[in-house]
Amino acid sequence: MNRVLTGGVLAVALTSSAIAQTDATVGLQLEPPHLDPTSAAAGAIDQVVYSNVFEGLTRFGPDGSVNPGLAESWEVSDDGLVYTFALRDGVTFHDGTALDAGDVVFSLDRARAEDSTNAQKALFEGIESVEAVDDTTVRVTLKAPQGQFLFNMAWGDAVIVAPESIENIQTNPIGTGAFKFDNWTQGDNISLVKNPDYWGEPAKLERVEFKFISEPTAAFAAMMAEDIDAFYSYPAPENLVQFDADPRFEVLEGSTEGETILAMNNKDEHFSNKLVRQAVSMAIDRQAIIDGAMFGYGTPIGTHFAPHHPDYVDLLSNSPHDVAKAKELLAEAGYPDGFSTTLKLPPPSYARRGGEIIAAQLREIGIETEISNLEWAQWLEEVFRGKNYGLTIVSHTEPFDIGIYARPDYYFQYDNPDVQALVEKLGVENDPDMRRDLAQDAQKIISEDYVNGYLFQLALTSVTNAKLKGIWPNAPTQAVDMTAVSWVE
Amino acid sequence: MRNLILGLALTSIFVAAALISFLWTPFDVTKLDIPNKLQAPGGAHLFGTDQFGRDIFSMIMVGARTSIAVAIVAVGIGMVIGVPLGLAAAARRNSWLDEFIMRGNDLIFAFPSLVIAIMITAVYGASAFNAIVAIGIFNIPVFARVSRSAALSLWQRDYILSARVAGKGAVRISAEHILPNITNLLIVQGTIQFSLGILAEAALSYVGLGAQPPLPSWGRMLAESQTLVSLAPHLALFPGFAIVLTVLGLNLAGDGLRDLLDPKLRVART
Repeated sequence: MNRVLTGGVLAVALTSSAIAQTDATVGLQLEPPHLDPTSAAAGAIDQVVYSNVFEGLTRFGPDGSVNPGLAESWEVSDDGLVYTFALRDGVTFHDGTALDAGDVVFSLDRARAEDSTNAQKALFEGIESVEAVDDTTVRVTLKAPQGQFLFNMAWGDAVIVAPESIENIQTNPIGTGAFKFDNWTQGDNISLVKNPDYWGEPAKLERVEFKFISEPTAAFAAMMAEDIDAFYSYPAPENLVQFDADPRFEVLEGSTEGETILAMNNKDEHFSNKLVRQAVSMAIDRQAIIDGAMFGYGTPIGTHFAPHHPDYVDLLSNSPHDVAKAKELLAEAGYPDGFSTTLKLPPPSYARRGGEIIAAQLREIGIETEISNLEWAQWLEEVFRGKNYGLTIVSHTEPFDIGIYARPDYYFQYDNPDVQALVEKLGVENDPDMRRDLAQDAQKIISEDYVNGYLFQLALTSVTNAKLKGIWPNAPTQAVDMTAVSWVE
Repeated sequence: MRNLILGLALTSIFVAAALISFLWTPFDVTKLDIPNKLQAPGGAHLFGTDQFGRDIFSMIMVGARTSIAVAIVAVGIGMVIGVPLGLAAAARRNSWLDEFIMRGNDLIFAFPSLVIAIMITAVYGASAFNAIVAIGIFNIPVFARVSRSAALSLWQRDYILSARVAGKGAVRISAEHILPNITNLLIVQGTIQFSLGILAEAALSYVGLGAQPPLPSWGRMLAESQTLVSLAPHLALFPGFAIVLTVLGLNLAGDGLRDLLDPKLRVART
């Protein structure tokens, strides 16, 4: 009986591979806690649903540009306060209800409400009011001119949801995207199917499955066995050499918005001293960390800004690797024999491996670190919320997130009124040249203040089947946009 | 006898490596040399280098130290607490004390050591010290049981009876007459627990609950080699062999010692 069954399965497998493939399985490292991008910070949610299931007024393109989404076009008043969006005609949600201006008002009001659980409420803070002018026109009035408004509306946290389906959004997301949510096998996979009634360019794949594989070894095996067709943001850079050498696969190398930093607790007894922070910054050998922890993938940074951003300033010269100078600075700060501190590391390999390398580099200038490896929940509790740490390594993956340096209560506890003033101005400035000046000034100040040790921009390395085309090599936002992905023979 | 010699030989290699590592290792295990990472065995680095360019031979030496230290202290905790408990339980056979001690032991026995370790590290954080405590706790009931059952049969002997008649208390009898007579058994059991301790330390370090970096540990070396295994298999082979050979050596030595020391077997042989 068994043999008969195997034969049957084999026959089915053979016939299905003979016809053109229209489905794809994509491996992801993290499973989302639920599927509502508008009520949680988890990037894993956006990876599955952004652009695939849910869309916003505007949307990010693969290069990070902001393009029209559900809003076909918009007009901005001369004073920069009133945005009038013209919605696309004939857009329907997956449950058949039509998208109208009321849904947009509902979504934005819900996100900025007093009791909203949106993870990025700051995106909506500048909104004074949202009104439906008619069925397909929405008028948003801002409290003050806002440079980033269209950019903000492209975030996964700002997607348009419908009041009709909001109740079960966490388990049954109903959006307007090119794919419909199909099924979620918890702990294993989420599948999406093509939305036949999509308003725009229809998806090329009939079915997409996101499979959650947290273990790098398992990811390697699944990819090698071709159980999965792609692995987005492949977690073990050491395997990429092998994938690269194998003609069956293609390695996509891009950049993320992830500034990987050695965060220092600016209120800690040692790191409150700028000389100590400078010493630490100069003790770091970035290239050794990139080679050792990331197997060469990553770009060194000298400040908290993405090097692919046009407003980036190269400030690496502020903290060159110079052990002798670092020792001098440490002595000047009053620690000629160094000191001991804690280095608390979250699970990703950039942190765990990078941590061992940094510990060795700091030992050279006399700073002993006590390493503790933490799970994410512990890290969030102890380091991010509790601020009970000396040093930690983490990648800040939000785009354009220099604003965190204006928050004295943020986990590295940097308090500088100059940066706060710059970030505030940046929030209301519309003129691109002025914005560049402000952003560059802020980059320079935090780099010269040695707030954190700036390590490298996290590379995004994805592995795909060589015939599967269209996966974004870069990550302008947390998204695995499958709408343009297809098989090419 | 052959087992004993082979076992002791294997064990002493690793003990020697651990002792020598205090004074000398071919390379500094905390020094990273990233340009020379993942070198194959041979040449300047006998066992090759790991993903950070550290010398694997040196790491195995220092790792032996970690493993042996954790196992010795853990077995020590088990003996120091477990043996008196077992002796007390035997001295007050069938009393509430006996029941209390032995049911308590059953309770600890019912927990796998890994679960205890996870519990301890969840509360106090991961470290070699906490691994020792976890493995030590797991060793207590083993020694309590062994010493109780051995002591029970001794308590029936005539010479114990005469000691009681002579007015010696239970504590003195346990210390002066029972304990010396169960030492052989404890040594054999200790050797076996020692090998289990090394395995447990490797397991805990493998899941990240044992010795923390930069202190080398065989278990963590294995864990870290996992994603690199297809690229550099020697990263997994050497710590793997180290664990296997040490445990094998200790088990052989334990078997040999039992043959040598156990009076029952000795009688059977002659």
